[in-house]
Amino acid sequence: MTFFQAEHLTMHFDGLNAVDDFSLELKERNLVGLIGPNGAGKTTIFNMITGNLKPTQGKIFFQGKEITGLKPNTITRRGIARTFQNIRLFQDLEVIDNVMISYHGRLCSSFMGAVLRTPLYNHEEKKMREGAMALLNRVRLADMAHEKAGALAYGQQRRLEIARALATEPRLLLLDEPAAGMNPQETQGLMDFIVQVKEDFNLTVLLIEHDMRVVMGICQWIKVLDYGAEIAKGTPREIQNNPKVIAAYLGEEGIA
Amino acid sequence: MHPRRDQILTSLGIIALFTFLYWAKGNATEYQIRLLNNCAIFITLAVSYNLINGVCGQFSLAPNAFVAIGAYTSALLTMSPAEKQITFIIEPLIWPLHTISVPFWVSLLAAGSVTGFLAFLMGFPVFRVRGDYLAIVTLGFGEVVRVVANNLQSITNGPLGLKGLTPYTNLWWSFGIMAFTLFFIWRLANSSFGRAMKAIREDEVAAEAMGIRSFRYKMMAFTLSGFFEGVAGGLLAHLITTISPVLFTFFLTFNLLIIIVVGGLGSTTGSVISSVLFVLGGEALRAVEEPFSIGSLEIPGIPGMRMVIFSLILIGVMIFARKGIMGREEFSWQGLIQLLQRVGRPKKEKR
Repeated sequence: MTFFQAEHLTMHFDGLNAVDDFSLELKERNLVGLIGPNGAGKTTIFNMITGNLKPTQGKIFFQGKEITGLKPNTITRRGIARTFQNIRLFQDLEVIDNVMISYHGRLCSSFMGAVLRTPLYNHEEKKMREGAMALLNRVRLADMAHEKAGALAYGQQRRLEIARALATEPRLLLLDEPAAGMNPQETQGLMDFIVQVKEDFNLTVLLIEHDMRVVMGICQWIKVLDYGAEIAKGTPREIQNNPKVIAAYLGEEGIA
Repeated sequence: MHPRRDQILTSLGIIALFTFLYWAKGNATEYQIRLLNNCAIFITLAVSYNLINGVCGQFSLAPNAFVAIGAYTSALLTMSPAEKQITFIIEPLIWPLHTISVPFWVSLLAAGSVTGFLAFLMGFPVFRVRGDYLAIVTLGFGEVVRVVANNLQSITNGPLGLKGLTPYTNLWWSFGIMAFTLFFIWRLANSSFGRAMKAIREDEVAAEAMGIRSFRYKMMAFTLSGFFEGVAGGLLAHLITTISPVLFTFFLTFNLLIIIVVGGLGSTTGSVISSVLFVLGGEALRAVEEPFSIGSLEIPGIPGMRMVIFSLILIGVMIFARKGIMGREEFSWQGLIQLLQRVGRPKKEKR
């Protein structure tokens, strides 16, 4: 059984072929990069995997079950979590609430239990709070727990998004440009963090990134996308020397 | 921080309120009691409306429909068969409603349940759309209910309405139900379920991506909001004792919207404060609808002047204090104590 498999994914927006016959297979505990120039269709692929978009064609399997076209919340509860390219935190809520929301999908109490504050609910609430606090410690945001998420600095917001995704207890984590807008020092810290989190939480990671240092530095396997179609795949070393990739990034002139 | 102290203070607050009500019952004038009842009912309405609009962030404009359904349901259930026969002169009331007569509390429960159930059904089409479209669809539903009430002669008695209801609603009923609604919605909004609803308000796509079943929680907020508005509708009907479709126009929704926006969308505390201000302010402003004179300038009485002033207040709030009185903050004893300390020692603060 393959851990994750996407077969012949195609996404048409009216006349535009955003993604064309894209296939992807992930083995458990792999760290795979998805790269390509702007508009290549990387985020569209993420949106298809997470259920935000229904593929025009193709099928997606996760842990042996088909998940094509399921609702985003169902897919998340099956074990696929994501972050967003343009950070989407719950701005006006406290940092700790942002993380606690991710545990809600696993709550056993009913809403009546929550209103009556039954022992079960109180126990669950306490566990959620402790879990969230532990994750915030992990991303070095524990002392900001009661600040509004919107008040955090940019890099902190990125880390909070990752903490929030981790709180859904995923098996597969999709990171959409986690290093965007970070300075080289922050980027280095983020790379170490991603590798560490992957080990600690036993995760499989699929990463979209523009920053080549990140992709080449930590990914075991890379797929390159251009105009919605796959143009290359391989290890970072193979990709770096692939003429098609160089052409896609630098234009045809780059080869000559 | 101080759960024990807060519990004691809350209990004392409730005891104080009900002691006051007990006192008011014997000593206040009929007019003052009427105002107190109005306050309690408007608090119930505003707090439950705030659950869907403020907490869950779904801009519903249907509360007038829910209040109407609740009012008619409970009124039709408490009226005696004889009263019904006298009231329905154009077309008789349909079976089995014409023989039913139940105690007040049963009718309130029925009002809540029927309204909640209709809100639940309404939710399916309503939550297929978002934002402005949702506002328009709910606005449409509000209007549909009013028009149906106007024309369904054999159930609602049409434009004539229902008259001579027994005035069951007293201070105990209105404040008892207000207290229960506050307790329920406060607890819900400050639980994991409330967090899920707030997440939907903040960013529905992100909430879904974090495993929140957004449709389910929007439905939950809408249905519960409908339930409590229905119960409040029942209270209202048995307070004013005469109901007709004109009571439940969009104006009612508009008033409630002013209340929750001025109070601070999403803040239960804000809804409470603002409801009281609305009811008492409405009475205080009665003067502007009477003829009065500024110096030598004679101003004739203009009915509806109050609404003009309320609208101006709303515009002012939107421009100068968009977050309303409370923003999204809630009351806490700690906050109150700190506020009192600050007011008590103004000089120290200034340093």
